[in-house]
Amino acid sequence: MPDLAIIIPSVLNGLTTGALYALIALGLTLIYGVLHIINFAHGALLMVGLYAVWFLNTRLGIDPYLALLIVPPAMFALGYGLQRGIIGRSSHGRDENILLVTLGLSIVIENLALFVFRSDTRIIDTPYSFETVEFLGAFLPLPKVIAFFGAVVTAAALWLLMARTDLGRAIRALAKERKGAQLVGIDADHVFAMSFGLGIACLGVAACLLLPSYYVTPQVGHGFVLIAFTIVVLGGMGSFVGAFLGGLIIGVVEALGGLFLGESLGQIGIFIIFILVLMFRPQGLLGHKV
Amino acid sequence: MRQLVLLLAVFAVIALAPFVIASEFSLNLVIMVLYAALLGQAWNILGGYGGQFSFGHAAYFGTGAYTVAVLQVQLGINPWIGLVAGGLLAIGVAAFIGLATFRYGLRGSYFALVTLAFAEVLRILSNSVDFTGAGVGILIPLAPGVANLQFETKTGYFFLVWTFTLAAFLAVWWIGHSRFGASLAAVRDNEEAARALGVNAFRVKMGAIMLSGLFSGLAGVFYAQYFLYLDPYIAYGPAISVESLLVPIIGGMGTLFGPLLGAAALHAVSELTREIIGEVPGISLVLYGALLVVMVMFLPRGLAGLGERLFARRRPKAGETGHA
Repeated sequence: MPDLAIIIPSVLNGLTTGALYALIALGLTLIYGVLHIINFAHGALLMVGLYAVWFLNTRLGIDPYLALLIVPPAMFALGYGLQRGIIGRSSHGRDENILLVTLGLSIVIENLALFVFRSDTRIIDTPYSFETVEFLGAFLPLPKVIAFFGAVVTAAALWLLMARTDLGRAIRALAKERKGAQLVGIDADHVFAMSFGLGIACLGVAACLLLPSYYVTPQVGHGFVLIAFTIVVLGGMGSFVGAFLGGLIIGVVEALGGLFLGESLGQIGIFIIFILVLMFRPQGLLGHKV
Repeated sequence: MRQLVLLLAVFAVIALAPFVIASEFSLNLVIMVLYAALLGQAWNILGGYGGQFSFGHAAYFGTGAYTVAVLQVQLGINPWIGLVAGGLLAIGVAAFIGLATFRYGLRGSYFALVTLAFAEVLRILSNSVDFTGAGVGILIPLAPGVANLQFETKTGYFFLVWTFTLAAFLAVWWIGHSRFGASLAAVRDNEEAARALGVNAFRVKMGAIMLSGLFSGLAGVFYAQYFLYLDPYIAYGPAISVESLLVPIIGGMGTLFGPLLGAAALHAVSELTREIIGEVPGISLVLYGALLVVMVMFLPRGLAGLGERLFARRRPKAGETGHA
């Protein structure tokens, strides 16, 4: 039985990872909440963001945190275009079709990346990659601590945007009542694409925060897709607070699972939570109704 | 009845392949088309006829494949017994996943995600335990002989997969002409209405997932015996799940011949790209993904749907060159 000296750092590490998971899941839950679609290409788009950050850093020498000014807007544009050009046009009134189209997109994106970048694992070097911060007797990598606070700030900003701006009101109106929103003059296609773009922009932020302490391969998104789905389902589809709490919980579960069961089996804990929640409480911990 | 005659005629013609095709390469292509049609038809039972989109058919495929491989390699049990055991275990896994999802009323996206999660759990498990060979994989020793379910020439394998595929197509023909199939279609089109009319939706869906699991499992058994090597990524990875759903989506979901059309089209396209672009890692999957997007966007009813539409167009107004 490991003692507290091992468990506390493990929990703290889990929380920092969990905040990033939460950020990725926020994008997913935003898209689900408004468009009622499950974006299967979420992991693949995160991978695109990571490669963008990697490219900016290794080829143009741009610091990953400076890339926060470039990558999220670019990802936003990509998301907007995808929704307007492809995803929005292919539903034919059935949710399953969207699932299939986003699955197809993820396969295309991933394998194009495999084609262009090969399956090599790539990392970036920053002067602060190996700096640590001491907290409660645990030494946490500085990039992870920055990522934790970055994720919290982004989530807060997103919440403010949804609560206080016209765009946020339009998004919420569309999510609640599509016909009514259109009747009062909301351009549904545009707002849907804005929501999708915002969700993908979250991935851009996550990519900038993630890469200093992580790596990128064409398949890197895989690991994140099911985790993000689990978080969204755990927190309640479409619930912001739920997604954030869900992210932290999953981060800690993964860290502790890895500690007690080993790296490979530790991940099973996540899937088991996922399956159990879907079976017994599909509305999630904080959600109201499916 | 006409459909059954057509089906048997098509399979009879296919059965001539080993006698008219001399090159091993071409015969292998026919085998791979039949194998893809088998995978696709298995998915089609649950997805096309039942309307339950599974993203994790690898769970059944991998179970069939690992059963026959592990029984042979670890316990020395004859693969013919392994074949039966693999089919039964695949049905068992399907029944378990069906219970865990349909009992709780999971549908649509939720069902898709849970099936994917189950396949992932099995992948991680097979990667972590020793008797599957873990991440290294499992190698079935080469021992040609009918008793070992291994064949000297491709002809033997051809008839193995031909038999499995014919069985799957006959099962689907039966579905199309039985009370069970009518109930299944009713549940797909409107579950509440079907229930109100006295259809036991849960039992019907359980029947569909178990039948679907059986044929995926048989495809897995065939794969293991044909390639004699498995690892967790091959057996339970996403590629098999994607291929399973892509084949009927391209060919036409919920149609008898859709999976055969889809399998042939998929292999034709991927051979063609190999000719033109050459062997490039990932490029055939890029194509699969693009095909999936294009089909769902423009031809949601697949090639079979396209055929029907063209045919229906032509009949009322001859000479009209209407676009699809």
